[in-house]
Amino acid sequence: MPSGWTPAQPLIRMRDVHKKFGAATVINGISIDVMKGEVICIIGPSGAGKSTLLRCINALVPVDSGSITVEGQEVNDPKLDKLKLRRKVGMVFQQYNLFPHRTALANIMMAPLHVLKRDRVEVEAEARALMRKVRLDGKEHSYPGELSGGQQQRVAIARSLAMQPAAMLFDEVTAALDPETVKEVLVTIRELAEDGMTCVIVTHEMGFAREVADQIYFTDRGVVVEHGPPAEFFTNCRDERTRRFLSQIL
Amino acid sequence: MISNLPVLKPFRLQSTAHDLPGSRFTARNGILLLIALMLSIFVGEAQAGPGTPSILATILRWTPLLAQGFALNIAMSFLAMAIGTVLGLALGLGLIAVTRPVRAISWLITQFFRNAPWLVLLFYCILLMPFEVRIGGAIVPLPGWAKSTVGLALPVMANVAELVRGAVQSMPSGQWEAAEALAFARLQTLRLVILPQCVKRMTPPWMNLYAIVVVATPLTSIVGVSEAMTLTGDILSSEGRTELLVPMYLYLLTWFFIYCYPIARATVALERRFQVS
Repeated sequence: MPSGWTPAQPLIRMRDVHKKFGAATVINGISIDVMKGEVICIIGPSGAGKSTLLRCINALVPVDSGSITVEGQEVNDPKLDKLKLRRKVGMVFQQYNLFPHRTALANIMMAPLHVLKRDRVEVEAEARALMRKVRLDGKEHSYPGELSGGQQQRVAIARSLAMQPAAMLFDEVTAALDPETVKEVLVTIRELAEDGMTCVIVTHEMGFAREVADQIYFTDRGVVVEHGPPAEFFTNCRDERTRRFLSQIL
Repeated sequence: MISNLPVLKPFRLQSTAHDLPGSRFTARNGILLLIALMLSIFVGEAQAGPGTPSILATILRWTPLLAQGFALNIAMSFLAMAIGTVLGLALGLGLIAVTRPVRAISWLITQFFRNAPWLVLLFYCILLMPFEVRIGGAIVPLPGWAKSTVGLALPVMANVAELVRGAVQSMPSGQWEAAEALAFARLQTLRLVILPQCVKRMTPPWMNLYAIVVVATPLTSIVGVSEAMTLTGDILSSEGRTELLVPMYLYLLTWFFIYCYPIARATVALERRFQVS
């Protein structure tokens, strides 16, 4: 396993990734580099394979061909140590997917306790700190069902952070939220980005993408149509498809 | 900002409606049973010859013995349920195993014990199991009721296995995804995330299964276990009064009803509560 990864190389490196579901091609040759501390946003119409691409990065979905490396670890490898990979990459979902039978604090503590086998006292102190970080102190003992969508999503972010990942994947994390709670989640993600967390964000929030991203990738039908820094991307995109999409959504 | 993008609808709890024969323990049936019992006592008294003790007095006189037999029914149902549940959990995990051969074998076992007539399984257990086993140096006798309990535990096992499989498969896939993304191994995901949530879903059908096991325990009278049904037969033959026959069996039925009715009510109440939440 090539472990000679240095921070000068891309933390996540995707090369010519292909993925089919049956006859449907979802990802048709995508190459993206994400440097350490970089924030990239992937935008594009639904069904463009954005969510699938994220799931390929942490091997929730196997790729058909191409290469994805995370800190030098090849994901497209039959002998892949999935658990080692997933300890490095946190993921937050559209539907939060908190564990409804455990309290917010317990949700955050579960993975460090059972996966990393760390000391309970230490883990609990960190979990409480994370609850403060996502501004939910006081809600430690609430069950997910007692929290609003935005609050649940922030617990989900804290739960992912508790594993101290090298990178975070966000899969349309505000798409299921009420408009008034979208902002609190976006603020949390922005603070993370400002702290230097490497983030891959799939989103439909163009304003947010423009504000937070270092690079924006527009994907359609399984390929990257266009990419660039936000200032450039939103003001003078060259591709017709990108322009049409932006005019529809902005 | 326009968003005409499809959004996943929030997850709805699927009822774990199960193909066990539905519970018959309703208040209406209870009232009908009581009326039938009273009517049969009344008719019996009219038929009784002069000088014989009244039906009611006879029934009450035998009640302590009947209670002893009934206690054995309950004990067998408890044990069969406990053994069957433990085995069924393991078998249910086999049904959802990643390895295909394990799944196939578990499926075969489940299908066999779910569909085999309970009485056939009882006979197999009675005839195939030894009357005593040697554990270490001690010889442990295996009385009929113990073997029958094993016989009842087998279909319980298969039904619990199906419950486990159904409950695990009804869990939203997001729970698996979230646990996997947090680097949980498969067994950890099952133990920490999936199964604890399944308990709630499985409880009502599991209680329903228990009520079915209770009413199945009189089957063991056929293989000679001295439970309430057998004792009722013994009582009737020692009394030798034909007018006692109908009231006595209805009386026994009432015992079962009184025991199972609260369980059935609780099952319905739980099901309703889980549907709401």
